Amino acid sequence: MARRVTQRRKIGMTVLAWAVGLLIFFPILWTFLTSFKSELTAISIPPQFLFFDWTTENYATIYEQSNYFHYMMNSIYLSLGSTALGLLFAIPAAWAMAFSPTPRTKDILLWMLSTKMLPAVGVLIPIYLLFVNFGLLDSRLGLIVVLFLINLPIIVWMLYTYFKEIPGEILEAGRMDGATLRQEITQILAPMAVPGIASTVLLNIILAWNEAFWTLNLTTSNAAPLTAFIASFSSPQGNFYAKLSAASMLAIAPILILGWFSQKQLVRGLTFGAVK
Amino acid sequence: MGAIRLEKVRKAFGEAVIIPELDLDIKDGEFVVFVGPSGCGKSTLLRLIAGLEDVTSGDITIDGTNATELPPAKRRLAMVFQSYALYPHMSVRKNIAFPLKMAGMDKAEIDKRVSNAAKILNLDNYIDRRPGQLSGGQRQRVAIGRAIVREPAAFLFDEPLSNLDAALRVGMRLEISELHQRLKTTMIYVTHDQVEAMTMADKIVVLHAGHIEQVGSPLELYSRPRNTFVAGFIGSPKMNLLTGAEAKKHDAATIGVRPEHIALSTSEGMWKGTVKVSEHLGSDTFLHVETALHPEPLTVRADGEFPVHYGDTVYLTPQADKIHRFDDKGLAIR
Ligand SMILES: Nc1ncnc2c1ncn2[C@@H]1O[C@H](COP(=O)(O)OP(=O)(O)OP(=O)(O)O)[C@@H](O)[C@H]1O
Ligand SMILES: [Mg+2]
Repeated sequence: MARRVTQRRKIGMTVLAWAVGLLIFFPILWTFLTSFKSELTAISIPPQFLFFDWTTENYATIYEQSNYFHYMMNSIYLSLGSTALGLLFAIPAAWAMAFSPTPRTKDILLWMLSTKMLPAVGVLIPIYLLFVNFGLLDSRLGLIVVLFLINLPIIVWMLYTYFKEIPGEILEAGRMDGATLRQEITQILAPMAVPGIASTVLLNIILAWNEAFWTLNLTTSNAAPLTAFIASFSSPQGNFYAKLSAASMLAIAPILILGWFSQKQLVRGLTFGAVK
Repeated sequence: MGAIRLEKVRKAFGEAVIIPELDLDIKDGEFVVFVGPSGCGKSTLLRLIAGLEDVTSGDITIDGTNATELPPAKRRLAMVFQSYALYPHMSVRKNIAFPLKMAGMDKAEIDKRVSNAAKILNLDNYIDRRPGQLSGGQRQRVAIGRAIVREPAAFLFDEPLSNLDAALRVGMRLEISELHQRLKTTMIYVTHDQVEAMTMADKIVVLHAGHIEQVGSPLELYSRPRNTFVAGFIGSPKMNLLTGAEAKKHDAATIGVRPEHIALSTSEGMWKGTVKVSEHLGSDTFLHVETALHPEPLTVRADGEFPVHYGDTVYLTPQADKIHRFDDKGLAIR
């Protein structure tokens, strides 16, 4: 029997949900509004909410002053590149751990995840030196590799939980039916795991897109993605809130649009497959 | 063509020995049923034959060739799983065609075999549906279809009907028996169900803790159980096993008598007892009778309706020639 929900309760919950939603969304909304203000209006007190002179001059300035598309292309290269590389390694790894686990499998998974707890600064110097020695500083390739490595534990973990949901008997049936290992993965496992793989890909693209520590520290201009683009507008001298906001909007717009259209996959991804 | 022979087959998972050395001979065309209590290793044994698990030691010979090291697909065996294990992203047609496609068979031949199997199994109307759009019985038929198109040397079934409701189970049981009559291919069938085992098998293998207690035809096991385990396991309801004074009278440590071999009377008989639970099915009556012979109540079956109820006194008389005798090791005395 469905739980009975009173009308009052329903309205209360709806209001609460909207309030929480708005609270979370507010910074983005504010950034959006600020990006259409003049620098002066942006810092005016009391803050102006809707009734100011809307202007697109910030966007125009930014567009003139910097090469937005250069940064955006870098962001795309980095997020897609690191995700593709990640899948290449994570699918076989997750397959092995999900379908032929050993007593140590759980430990290995936890250990992999635990590397995410290491503060990134702790390895900044060694990695920086490696980059210098290999001539990878400010190169897309170098950053793709770093982003791939830092997100690998998460991809493996996510895929593992999705693969775990697939009954092993189906793969065994495939083996009885004469599928080779490659056919087993490409024709049975992968098609069944498409929703899981899709949400993993999405989440990883977003993580790579937003990653700021390594992208800021290992690039100067050539390989710099949108995170560096935003950072270049936050300067200690002068008030550039409006321009900073416009830059931020430009940087998050692609990912916002992607996220909007793939909400369903994302929710599944973020709950690690717990919701059917 | 589908003779299967297990020699000194042993299986351990790490320290745990699930199957201590076991020998078994299955003749071509035989319908063999593995029965035994839960966890006794039936599925493991089937999976060893299928090649889904590796033997720890011993040899498996299929159709005259040593298959111990062969991968599952090379053993020419088809398996039907309890969960059906259909490919959810493929239509019924693609599911059935999958093993043929993997074998590299040409398109025309695949189509011919698939439509043939669909006809045999009444799947014509569902051929383009996905497994998710089928009922349990239809899914099981697809799984069987996927097995028969390969024309395997033997079929392996692991409790294929246990997810179906009672009525459907009876229907599918008959279909599988009929399939066996028609194809005459070796079948190995794992089940919990007494009726399935008794009605379908040419040969029943009773397993207990990984070893074979007895192999024989259903009636052999029913009328001549080799030991108390088989005596208690085969037959439904279970055989009554009595120890103590009553057994001594027959020069045995234990005697067994089946519920259907005890005559019931309300006026006279050998053993006096009090009726506890009585189950009136119309066609039969099952009584649980408390007696001085044994701490547990005895089960007795009467033909048709036997009008007694809780607390009534009844008299039981076992048929003298249907009493099974066992020694102190539990082995039958013949
Ligand atoms: N991969 C495995 N690793 C360790 N132990 C296992 C493994 N597979 C099975 N076992 C053990 O082997 C024993 C036999 O299992 P099996 O599945 O063969 O039993 P079964 O007779 O089929 O039981 P059921 O009737 O419940 O299906 C069980 O005790 C089980 O715990
Ligand atoms: Mg089993």
